[in-house]
Amino acid sequence: MSHPASRPAREPDVELVRRTAALARLSIDDAEARELGREFASILEHFRALQSLDAGDARPMTSPTERADVVRPDEPRESLPRERLLAGAPEPCDGFYAVPKTVEKDA
Amino acid sequence: MSDVRELDATELARRIASGETSAAEALRSALAAIDTQDGALHAFLRVDREAALERARALDAAQRRGEPLGALHGVPVALKSNMCIADRETNCASRILAGYRPPYTATFVQRLLDAGAIPLGHTNMDEFAMGSSSENSAFGPTRNPWDLARTPGGSSSGSAVAVASGMCPLALGSDTGGSVRQPAALCGVAGFKPTYGRVSRYGLIAFGSSLDQVSPFARSVRDLELATSVISGADPRDSTCVDAPPLAPEEPREGLAGLRVGIPAEALGAGLERGVRRAFDAACAELAALGADCVPVSLAHLEAAIPTYYVVATAEASSNLARYEGVRYGARVPGDGTLQGMFAATRAAGFGAEVKRRILLGTYVLSAGYYEAWYGRALKVRRLIADDFETAFESVDLIATPTSPCVAFALGERVDDPLAMYQSDVLTVPASLAGLPAVSVPCGFAAQGSQSNDGNDGGNGGLPVGLQLVGPTLADARVLAVARAFEEAGGHRRLPPVRARSEGAVT
Repeated sequence: MSHPASRPAREPDVELVRRTAALARLSIDDAEARELGREFASILEHFRALQSLDAGDARPMTSPTERADVVRPDEPRESLPRERLLAGAPEPCDGFYAVPKTVEKDA
Repeated sequence: MSDVRELDATELARRIASGETSAAEALRSALAAIDTQDGALHAFLRVDREAALERARALDAAQRRGEPLGALHGVPVALKSNMCIADRETNCASRILAGYRPPYTATFVQRLLDAGAIPLGHTNMDEFAMGSSSENSAFGPTRNPWDLARTPGGSSSGSAVAVASGMCPLALGSDTGGSVRQPAALCGVAGFKPTYGRVSRYGLIAFGSSLDQVSPFARSVRDLELATSVISGADPRDSTCVDAPPLAPEEPREGLAGLRVGIPAEALGAGLERGVRRAFDAACAELAALGADCVPVSLAHLEAAIPTYYVVATAEASSNLARYEGVRYGARVPGDGTLQGMFAATRAAGFGAEVKRRILLGTYVLSAGYYEAWYGRALKVRRLIADDFETAFESVDLIATPTSPCVAFALGERVDDPLAMYQSDVLTVPASLAGLPAVSVPCGFAAQGSQSNDGNDGGNGGLPVGLQLVGPTLADARVLAVARAFEEAGGHRRLPPVRARSEGAVT
């Protein structure tokens, strides 16, 4: 349980943060990218202990219960009314969710 | 007398059922405690005063008509802000869900309602349950009733404080890596994380789906038994729910003769505050005095638990939080006017710094080229950690550790150092990764840091310390029965001083 804060940080990888942010659909500005790059470096440095462990052929554990696919009878049942589900949306429109156009007119 | 500050839920329910007090009177007492103290403590994000009063009157009327009473008839209960109640704002202490009113009620909330409980409102938390101090709430921190300059722990901060400060006898939190056990320890109350899958997650807003578990806070272990027996049990709406009946509490134990308690040396290493260590050693001596046999065990991979947890939990969070993109619920920020731009701008404006950090970490460990080295590796080490417990439980009935390596730290002390904050969870994440039942019960008081006072100093200036007991899968009843025997023998729970609004001028 050594205190991690005293460990030397690796070089921040701002480009890695930018690429990851794009994958995560998260816009970040330059200052945030630098700060997150610095934090990423020290966090990943600390987590690197994970890779030096010999995990051998341990079976990956995705969940404590590890139940196989759980199915129920394919029977119709009541669901929430559409207007109730749409009520929390920022821009409901004629029973649908409105979003910015994704296809250009001349495409 | 129905001052809810003094009573546990079991006793309050008994007095209401016997007619010594009423649901409405108990509720007024709870609301008075909130009015007096919550200006200083900020346990609640919203108090549903009118709805609660209306429900209390209806429950009293039902009782007068002779209708059967539920196990929690008239008991006011606080709920963490990631627990859905139909048509009541449930925002996870995040700007991105500000104003969101779910169209449905969580299964465990419905079970509380069916048992006659009165939801008081939603409590403050670290945004999306990511944090150990309440400082990641978008709506300001919650303060520890033992010392307003300190954190109550997190992420279920407000629920812990509501119970500790006497605003209500019972509250629900969610425990992903210790988010109920750690604040219970830091606030001097009892908190219990059931076996993973024991309580339905339907209606709990997801953070780490293989870890999240709805978990009660209470002033007594018998209340943890009562609350867990009400909310547990299979649910067709959550396929990860284990196929087990609701918790059936054991009969109270007279002593602990024959019980074997494992003490893992790895949990008592560097980083543990000396006062916490002393209180823990005293707790082990108390377990031994009750007849338990405390023996050393090994959790060889304990040191890997923090990186393993933060890889697994952030990976799951990055996936779960992908749904917040400004289309189906919550806030929307137009950005550059394109669909992708709207997603990115909404998420940038809506999430706080720690949530962004975890989404990015989780996205990174799942991304092409890094997946096997990080996420794949963490899943294997998770197995090793679970196997360590399984091996230990071949020779002991329970494992005991301190709940937190430190007492409540000052607000602001760790907020700029994510790794130091993550380290707060070092003793709670192992049971989370393995999905095991684990309780935290008060076991004494200590000062912060390396200097220490007596672990049983009567609370004179000391801060609460928690004892954690971990059991094998589905041994929830055993964990609670032993905690109850320890609690009833030791009497470590005390009320913090009343923290009125005038005391709240802490920066």
